Amino acid sequence: MRDLRLKDVSFSYPGGFLAVDHINMEIKAGDNVAIVGQNGAGKTTTVKMMNGLLRPTGGDVLIGDKNTKDYTTAQISRIVGYVFQNPDDQIFHATVESEVRFGPKTLKLSKEEEDKRVEEALALTGMDKFKDENPLNLPLSTRKFVTIAAVVAMGTEILIFDEPTAGQDMAGNKRLSEILKLLHAQGKTVITISHDMEFVAANFEKVIVMAKKKIVRTGTPREIFWDLETLEKAMLKQPYVSRVLGALHIDGDIISIEDAVEGILNR
Amino acid sequence: MGAVIECKNVTYSYPLAKEPAIKDLSLEIERGKFYGVVGENGSGKTTFCALLRGFAPSFYKGELKGEVLVEGKKTTDYGGELSAKIGYVFQNPFTQISGVKDTVFEEVAYGLENFGIPAEEIERRVVEVMQMTDIEALAMKSPFDLSGGQMQRVALASVIVLEPDILIIDEPTSQLDPEGTESVFAIIKTLKEKQKTIILVEHKIDLIAEYADEVLVFKDGQVIAAGDKRKILSDMSLLEKGASLPQVAVLGSMLKERGLPLSEIPVTEKQAIEVIARALEERKKQ
Repeated sequence: MRDLRLKDVSFSYPGGFLAVDHINMEIKAGDNVAIVGQNGAGKTTTVKMMNGLLRPTGGDVLIGDKNTKDYTTAQISRIVGYVFQNPDDQIFHATVESEVRFGPKTLKLSKEEEDKRVEEALALTGMDKFKDENPLNLPLSTRKFVTIAAVVAMGTEILIFDEPTAGQDMAGNKRLSEILKLLHAQGKTVITISHDMEFVAANFEKVIVMAKKKIVRTGTPREIFWDLETLEKAMLKQPYVSRVLGALHIDGDIISIEDAVEGILNR
Repeated sequence: MGAVIECKNVTYSYPLAKEPAIKDLSLEIERGKFYGVVGENGSGKTTFCALLRGFAPSFYKGELKGEVLVEGKKTTDYGGELSAKIGYVFQNPFTQISGVKDTVFEEVAYGLENFGIPAEEIERRVVEVMQMTDIEALAMKSPFDLSGGQMQRVALASVIVLEPDILIIDEPTSQLDPEGTESVFAIIKTLKEKQKTIILVEHKIDLIAEYADEVLVFKDGQVIAAGDKRKILSDMSLLEKGASLPQVAVLGSMLKERGLPLSEIPVTEKQAIEVIARALEERKKQ
């Protein structure tokens, strides 16, 4: 298992537009990390440099001790899986099952191992019941889970989810939590971009805050969601329960409903 | 006041569908109110919107039983006039973009041009709406060069500019960050102040609690709860039916269960702060 390091990384588009400005980041093997920040803060550009979809225009991205410059994009894709923000950017097959099987097939596994990967990924994401359907006939929020299954089936040690909560209902959010928990328990490194502060507070151990193409702060959810200055800089808000507790002057840097109940009752 | 839209025993099935998407739905939408439409994905929320606007059945075909009345007239009896009465913002902003205009400015002006409004007034209204939706900086960009979030704002602007009396908005914030989401809700609030009737599909229940008047909860093609937001969003039994409830309502109900004397289950942040502070005072006295 390899750590992921970004050293003084920048990215400018060919027209000169700077999307990421000299950032440093260290993600240890097995970490589960959320990246938060406004639209345009540089989150997606950053994670695309982690899996070789974009190559930094300055600095180095290292997977373990090896620079991504020394990998082909195909090689990186076997180490770092990436679930696109828009599922339609990565769906190409006529059935859910063939979509999920496509990646593992390229790995030249034994037939048994390939079947096992596909079945497990379909079951984990709840897509087993749609396996013979055309993904494009499924609603957007379900298509997202098809793409998650496809990436999970690759068995990469690092997985990146780009706004998986967008458009999900309560059941979808719950399923996402379960998927993240299981991947974490398997020792995978999970990196997730999300705009949903409640989801971040409940599901991650580490939060990276980005604003204006830079990293503003890295910390635990408790540290981040009670650092009002950082939140303001990044135009983010505290989770609802934290806002209520702040107004009631109850300390303890509480970010979950369960802790809020105890905090209020013990006042 | 009174009902501006009425659904009477509406059952609707898409072509070739095994089951109806909407089942025996009867309800009234009152003029000038803001309705939050919530519920699981696939529960019929978008189909409901399409029925109110007449897209179902006129565009999607399929079979409609019962009646959908807009200002007393059946949607199936309307021609193009319904598009002037009801503004509709699609869930997927790509669906909204006309594809025939080169710039965001022209895109927002497009609908007004079709209504034959004088050029000077078009310009004034487009500029005003672009300011309101914070897309002025994008005016000269191609609508296809925008991010998902920017496109959602352009789609919203292109509908608001037509100043329809009724607005149906389907998940306008799915691609937006918290700041952008709040700004969309602020825009909707100003529309409400202009006495518009608003029907908004949205998963962000805490914001629905903050801004809407009424809430409709969908499940399996039916409305399982409807009414004043304070009543609906404090009903914990809805959690078991797949609906989400505001964080502060869940917090309030847990506190109440543990014996804190809350006078009511709060649904907004402000209400939660007041109700909990009062209950803590009350407890001190006892």
